[in-house]
Amino acid sequence: MFPFCEDPSALEGARWMACYLTTGKHMAFYASFGTVLVLLAVTAPLALLFGLGGALATRSAVAPLRWLGQGYTAIVRGVPDVVFFLFFVIALDQGFEWLRHQALCPDWPMPVRQGNDFVVCAAAKLPSNSAPQWMHEAYGFATAVLTFAIVFGAFAANVLSGAMRAVPRAQVETAEAYGMTRRQATRRVLLPQMWTYALPGLSNLWMILVKATPLLFLLGVEDVVYWARELGAMKTSTFDYPHPDWRLWYFLALLAFYLLLTKVSEVVLGRVQRRFSRGQATAAGERLRRAVPAGAPA
Amino acid sequence: MKTILGATALAALGTAALAQDTVRIGTEGAYPPYNFINDAGDLDGYEIALGAELCARADLACEFVSNDWDSIIPNLVSGNYDVIMAGMSITDERDEVIDFTQNYIPPAASLYLAMDEGADLEGGVVAAQVNTIQAGHVADSGATLLEFATPDEAVAAVRNGEADAVFADGEYLLPIAAESGDLMIVGDEVPLGGGVGAGLRESDGDLREALDGAIQSMKDDGSLNDLIVEWFGEDAAVYE
Repeated sequence: MFPFCEDPSALEGARWMACYLTTGKHMAFYASFGTVLVLLAVTAPLALLFGLGGALATRSAVAPLRWLGQGYTAIVRGVPDVVFFLFFVIALDQGFEWLRHQALCPDWPMPVRQGNDFVVCAAAKLPSNSAPQWMHEAYGFATAVLTFAIVFGAFAANVLSGAMRAVPRAQVETAEAYGMTRRQATRRVLLPQMWTYALPGLSNLWMILVKATPLLFLLGVEDVVYWARELGAMKTSTFDYPHPDWRLWYFLALLAFYLLLTKVSEVVLGRVQRRFSRGQATAAGERLRRAVPAGAPA
Repeated sequence: MKTILGATALAALGTAALAQDTVRIGTEGAYPPYNFINDAGDLDGYEIALGAELCARADLACEFVSNDWDSIIPNLVSGNYDVIMAGMSITDERDEVIDFTQNYIPPAASLYLAMDEGADLEGGVVAAQVNTIQAGHVADSGATLLEFATPDEAVAAVRNGEADAVFADGEYLLPIAAESGDLMIVGDEVPLGGGVGAGLRESDGDLREALDGAIQSMKDDGSLNDLIVEWFGEDAAVYE
C-alpha cells in the first residue's frame, strides 16, 4: 500500500500499524462490511416477499394452498438455523445440479448417488469446476440469500399473519358492505392497515437478521466476523506481521459497527412506524391525530 | 482474492479425461503452517505449495478454495470441490466416508500446550478443535473435552483460563509455544492417526491414483522431504 511497507520486519510504531492495517487481508476485511450490507439489502425485501406469500397462503380459502403456507412456517421455524444452513443449502445445491444433470446428460451411465457421494456429470455442475472463483463465490452468495430469505420469510409470515388478524374486523366488514370482493378487501383495506401491527415484529426480525450473518461462512461466504476472528488470532512469525491475540480489538470494532447499524435501523424503523400509524385506529394513530399543530385543518 | 491457480493451463492441455476440468482443492485456511491465509489475503502454507507441485506433476489444473472445517467433508462428497488438503489425518472413521491418498506428512506426534507444567491432562479441561482426532483422543482420555471451531480459539481458551491445556498437532503448537512467553509444551507426545493425506470422494478413483502417483514421485526424489523441512523446520519428521 505505502512505499515504505516493503520490509515489514524493519518497521516500527505508527508505520508498522499503517502497513499492517492496509494489507490485502485487511482490505478483504473492509470489503466484507460491504458484503454484509449488500446481503442485508437483498435479503430483507426477499424475506418479506416470502413472508407475505406465506401469510397470504395460510389465510387462503384454497385448502392445499393453506396447508402449504402452514407447513412452510411450521417446518422452517421449527428447524434450528445452523442445521438448516448445513443441511438445506447442500440439498438445495444438489437439487439444482440434479435437475441440470437430468436435462444435460441423459446418457450418463452411472448413478448420481454412489455411496456417500453425489456425482453429476461435469456439464451439470453449478457453477462448473472450471469457472473462475468469483462465480463460485457469487453462487454461494446467491444460495445464502435464498436460504436466509426462506428462514426469515417463515418468521415474517407468522408476524404478518398475526398482524392481518389484528386489523379490526369492522374495517374489513365495512369494505365488504361497500360491495368489495374478498380479494379487493384484502388488497385495499387489510394489507395497508396491517403494517402498523406487523412493524414491531418485523423490526425484531430485522435486528436478528443483522446479527445472523456469521452463519454465512458455513456457506463459504466470508463475513465480517470471520475476518475479525481470522485477523485477530495470534500470528506467529510465519506471517509478515506477527502479533499476539488481538481479537478483543477487532471485536470491539465489530461492536461499534453493529451498534451503529442498530441505531440507524432504529431511527429508520421509527420513522416508518410513524408513517404507517397515520390515520390508524390505534393508540399511536390517536397520538398523531392529537399532535396536529393548531391552525392546521382538522 | 483467496485463490491460487496451482498448475498452468498449458499442462492441462496435454492430457486426456482427467485434465479437462479444473480440480478444486478445499482447505481450511486457519492452520499455520499447514494452510493459512497470508497477509496479502491469499491461501498459503505447506499444503498450498505441495498442492501446486502435485498438480504440476499430475498435469492437472488446480485451484485452492477455503471452507469451514466443520463442513469440509459434507461439501466434498456433495461435489463442491474435489480434494481436501487441510491437515487432515487419515483415520478409520474418515476412511469410511471418503478415500485418502497415501500420506504426504508422516504420522507425527500430537502435543499438549498449557500455561504451567502442572496442568492436569487426565482429569482437567482440555481444549481441541471440533471433529479432529485430537478431540476424539481427549474424549477417551478421561479429561473434560472443550471443543472449538478453529484451532486458534482452542489455544485462546487456555490463555483465558477456560481450559487447562490444548491438544493439537505438534507442528501447529510448537511455533506458538516458541514465540509466546506464557505457553509451554507439557506432558508426553501422543502419536495419533496415520499421517496426513489428501481426501477424495470414494467414487473418484482416477484422481486418487493421479495424486497418489505424484506424491510417490515426490517421495522418491526427496522433494517432499525438502518441502516439509522448508515449512516445518529441521526437526520435523520426514520420510526415510
